[in-house]
Amino acid sequence: MNNFSYTQATTAKEATRQRKDEPTAAYIAGGTTLLDLMKANLEEHAQLIDINLLPFKGVEQTKDGLRIGAMERMNDVGEHALVRELFPAVSESLLLAASPQLRNMASIGGNILQRTRCGYFRDAAFPCNKRVPGSGCPALQGDNHNLAILGTSEACIATAYPGDLAVALTAFDAVLTLENPKGKQRRVPVTEFYLLPGTTPQRETVLEPGELIVAVTLPLTAHARRSTYLKVRERASYAYALASAAVGLDVQSGTIRAARVALGGVGTRPWRSPEAEKVLTGAPATEATFRAAAAAALQGAQPREHNRYKVELAQNTLVRALQQVAG
Amino acid sequence: MQSDLFPDSDAPQPDDSSRRSFMKQAGGILGLALAPPLVAQAERLTAYSKTIEGATEVTLRVNGQARTLRIEPRVTLLDALREYLDLTGTKKGCDHGQCGACTVHVDGRRINSCLTLAVMQQGKEITTIEGLAQGEQLHPMQEAFIKHDGFQCGYCTPGQIMSGVACVKEGHAGTDAQAREWMSGNLCRCGAYANILAAVREVAQRG
Repeated sequence: MNNFSYTQATTAKEATRQRKDEPTAAYIAGGTTLLDLMKANLEEHAQLIDINLLPFKGVEQTKDGLRIGAMERMNDVGEHALVRELFPAVSESLLLAASPQLRNMASIGGNILQRTRCGYFRDAAFPCNKRVPGSGCPALQGDNHNLAILGTSEACIATAYPGDLAVALTAFDAVLTLENPKGKQRRVPVTEFYLLPGTTPQRETVLEPGELIVAVTLPLTAHARRSTYLKVRERASYAYALASAAVGLDVQSGTIRAARVALGGVGTRPWRSPEAEKVLTGAPATEATFRAAAAAALQGAQPREHNRYKVELAQNTLVRALQQVAG
Repeated sequence: MQSDLFPDSDAPQPDDSSRRSFMKQAGGILGLALAPPLVAQAERLTAYSKTIEGATEVTLRVNGQARTLRIEPRVTLLDALREYLDLTGTKKGCDHGQCGACTVHVDGRRINSCLTLAVMQQGKEITTIEGLAQGEQLHPMQEAFIKHDGFQCGYCTPGQIMSGVACVKEGHAGTDAQAREWMSGNLCRCGAYANILAAVREVAQRG
């Protein structure tokens, strides 16, 4: 880890001003991703700005829905009574992620910005278009067993966001509140926050330099109340998803009135599937419908040598998740 | 460029006193100017709004004692405990938050001490494995680990015990399945899981 200066900020203005003065600075909240990457010499920053004292706290109901402060910790939000009741999938996505210790540390904002687990990105000895633009992507022909099959490009096939929370947020139309160094706030739907790799895999989100995540707001809906997050891993706990599904259904008299589907572990970003939702909406809540929806969700998949298994795994994960919420 | 931004800590240093922390207290001074009566707030801002560069004195509260040490901002809490305070009970396994050997409590919550900076933990109550026993009286979790033989090589044990204490306190050791899930952040390469589980569950059941 390179040497750096450390600043503890008490306000967003102070934090963003420091960040403007030192362009290579980074914000630090829980530190669980940032220090991990810095120890591996994958990121270097001349200054770390501690934002833990910023008042982006609380879980509360507002007119726009449930608002979660970006500085809240994963465990606290996952175990929060309102989150459990109104957004079971969000609660589950948090509590199935990482380990209890990491969840006590990691902030909601930091988790949303968690970076890929692609082995080539994480080993500085290899080229990587995400790390060094234009250097190439060894994953295309190399070990790609845990990499993406949806939204890939010739430049990058990494699951840029490897975590769980953002998959659930993507399913349930969450909106991020961002604040820039001028103190101006803007709202960005999570579905528009993450970028596809295309030819610029180094750009992962629409976050501008120095911009902070202030809060996440989730609109209250019937389908979000009846939701789940199903995660399939190589071991029973404490592992990244090979495939996961965040689903919510509003079923009345056996007919699906509204459906939300997002997949994790398979896309280059948290993967919302309007194709699956279209199949589900208005259809009977049966296994045949769920199978058709799963087929639609994976129709555009472009698997490679070691991740072909993900096509079937993701479909079965989605079907089982839908069966669980349909009851 | 690189050497300017990231000086090698082993390289000869200029006058050490000039390298001592410089503090930007703009926030505090501003707060004082704008709100003169709010002395408490001004003090708080003065205390927090600062930049630390190079080796600096920080005070950590560890196992009930205030300990002052001189460290760079990049020193993790784990390294501060082990290398500067000689509290080597907390172990360094992976150093990347994957194994749990470095688990300590900060303000009663279990965390991985390898993934946080010591400077970020000032003003908080840090408890390590050395702080669990009351004199010669072992903590019930320590006793349970001995009784159930919850280890072989012992390297993961301090982390397991710190995690186990928190797991029970959080109410996450109500069933075997729940305890397994909420102890999953602590790996044991020897595979003593069955005995670790027995120890944690016994303490949970004793209340």
